[in-house]
Amino acid sequence: MTTSYVEAIRRALGECLEQDPRVFIYGQDVAGSFGGAFKATKGLAERFPGRVLNAPISEDAIAGVAVGAAIDGMRPVIEYQFADFATIGFNQLVNHAATTFWRTGRPCPLVARLPIGGTRGSGPFHCQMPEAWLSNHPGLIVVAPATVPDAYWMLKDAIACNDPVIFCEHKYLYSHLKETGDPAQAEHLPMGSAVVRRAGTDCTVISYSGMLHECLSAAGKLEQEHGVSVEVVDLRCLRPLDTATILESAAKTGRVVVATEAWPFGGIAAEVVSVIASEAFHLLDAPPLRICAQDTPIPVQPDLYAAHRPHADDVVAAVLETVRY
Amino acid sequence: MSTHPRPINEALAILDAKQRFASPQQRIEHLRWMMRGRGLDDRLVALYRSSLVHGNVFTGHGQEALSAAIGMFMQRPVPGTPGDVFAPLIRDTAGRLSFGESFEDSFRTYLGKRTGPMRGRDGNIHRGDPTKGHLAMISHLGAMVAAVCGTLIARRLRAEPKSARTVGVTCIGDGGMATGALHEGLNVMAVDKLPMVVVVANNHLSYSTFNDRSFACKDLVSRAEAYGMRGVSIDGTDAEECLWAVGDAITRARNDEGPQMVVATLLRLQGHGTHDDASYVPADLRARFPDCLDAAPKKMLADHVIDQAGIDAMWVEVKDEISQAYERIRNEPAPNPDEEQWTAYSVPDLTSFRCGNAGSTP
Repeated sequence: MTTSYVEAIRRALGECLEQDPRVFIYGQDVAGSFGGAFKATKGLAERFPGRVLNAPISEDAIAGVAVGAAIDGMRPVIEYQFADFATIGFNQLVNHAATTFWRTGRPCPLVARLPIGGTRGSGPFHCQMPEAWLSNHPGLIVVAPATVPDAYWMLKDAIACNDPVIFCEHKYLYSHLKETGDPAQAEHLPMGSAVVRRAGTDCTVISYSGMLHECLSAAGKLEQEHGVSVEVVDLRCLRPLDTATILESAAKTGRVVVATEAWPFGGIAAEVVSVIASEAFHLLDAPPLRICAQDTPIPVQPDLYAAHRPHADDVVAAVLETVRY
Repeated sequence: MSTHPRPINEALAILDAKQRFASPQQRIEHLRWMMRGRGLDDRLVALYRSSLVHGNVFTGHGQEALSAAIGMFMQRPVPGTPGDVFAPLIRDTAGRLSFGESFEDSFRTYLGKRTGPMRGRDGNIHRGDPTKGHLAMISHLGAMVAAVCGTLIARRLRAEPKSARTVGVTCIGDGGMATGALHEGLNVMAVDKLPMVVVVANNHLSYSTFNDRSFACKDLVSRAEAYGMRGVSIDGTDAEECLWAVGDAITRARNDEGPQMVVATLLRLQGHGTHDDASYVPADLRARFPDCLDAAPKKMLADHVIDQAGIDAMWVEVKDEISQAYERIRNEPAPNPDEEQWTAYSVPDLTSFRCGNAGSTP
């Protein structure tokens, strides 16, 4: 049995709809036979009549409806067709959802599913990584699963959580990432914990979402071709950060590379480096490095696009630079 | 003052609405809520001038007739029934009170008391208590429309019985009518045919910008038809007209007649907030609009609904209620920063959180 990343998401949604009458899905094109731009909700409208609702192209109102429904005791799951369009709903997410519990004491348990990340030919408005914008706001939880079991369990966790959760799903992983076995039988890690995906001793590489797989590939290459033992940490939850796991690994290896396909300025990678620099400076043997996308909008042309985002070879080069420092 | 000539069938409907929603008794009750709104605002301004208020005071002067009517026709939550949902806006002191907010909670919020619904974390007009049907507005105009839609969609999904049919009401101004969020919210409200009323106060001022730079249609009510909802345009300085129009709209929404819009023309009689002297408002504009709290008693006297002694006594009673409420809360504590929960999350530790754990349901 193999399960793809998007199938795991669809299964988690179906189980939550089945188990909790408070759950409903609201977003553009999520209902009917279409089942969403990436088919994450395919078949759910038929199984759960009236609880999978198409919305107008109104990203602000989609989030606003979710805020109101959540305050009124429901568990809305909203889908943005592309994370890029969550900018239109930004106000409702950061000013309304994020502040509600702190201001009123009333939980605002909504989940906003955001298809993130680059795919070839999609360009500046369908490939962006929104996690830094949204993580900056206290009150929002931001998660970015990188594996099939995490896509399944973290979505179930997010829907059960009393705080608003931004659920970042990497578009490339939807159909390209398939894993054998039943995700429901896989280890159910806590939603807010980071995890060591590969143990190592010479350098820590920290990543999340689609870039994790480039890092795991780089770690294999570094071991085989350079004899460098790399520990790979998957952040999983970007806000709040599991700083204990980050610092434990940094302390173990003394060398850190943080890799993300997001922009460098003020990003998650910058935050992780900041945590390490301020709390584990005395344990480091080399300056922590960041591997990020080029600091420009995302290009369409394939060669430009390939040069815009980091790849495993970039991680290899950064790790070698770090260990040779 | 009516902004549109009305055909005969519409005039008959208005006559019917007047009888149902603007009876002598309702007009007296309405006047009392208007006075309570004005009296509370005036007291808050006095506290501001004594440097006791944190931030500014935003008053509803000139909008009391419209706002007070709202809460009168809404159902407050009681055990066993969810009650209606109200998302008031900046100038709805009177409507907040008539929907059940206490003077005490208004004072507590403006004074930053730990004991208030916002516990010093948010202030002035951003107060609310969702457990009592009051959504706490955010400053971004238009945002509350979709949120009220969400509460009504929630209730529809829960298939609450007809007897518990609830209505959502929110307010906006001529300034807020220009926002994208407002458009998206109104469209959802109409597409989902929600039992909801949007009350629009065209007070002629988006802070200091006049109607000619805010919208280009003749009357904002023309947008109601464009969205697919019923709309009425009224004189927001005429208390009787506010009563029947708002009462009729809320009742229609409750009776499955779909979303409603009430557009009331009036004038903001003070500045945007206490920091603003509104010196930019020309005298000729001011002269066009009476103060509803002058006009309503005069009309009620002329209609023999109340006498002057009754009006005078009502003011005394209202001012006394407000003073007593203030005295009850004035010595309540401020929040202590050392005891504050400095987290914006309800889940204390996500590194041990899994679905099925304690803390995963409200």
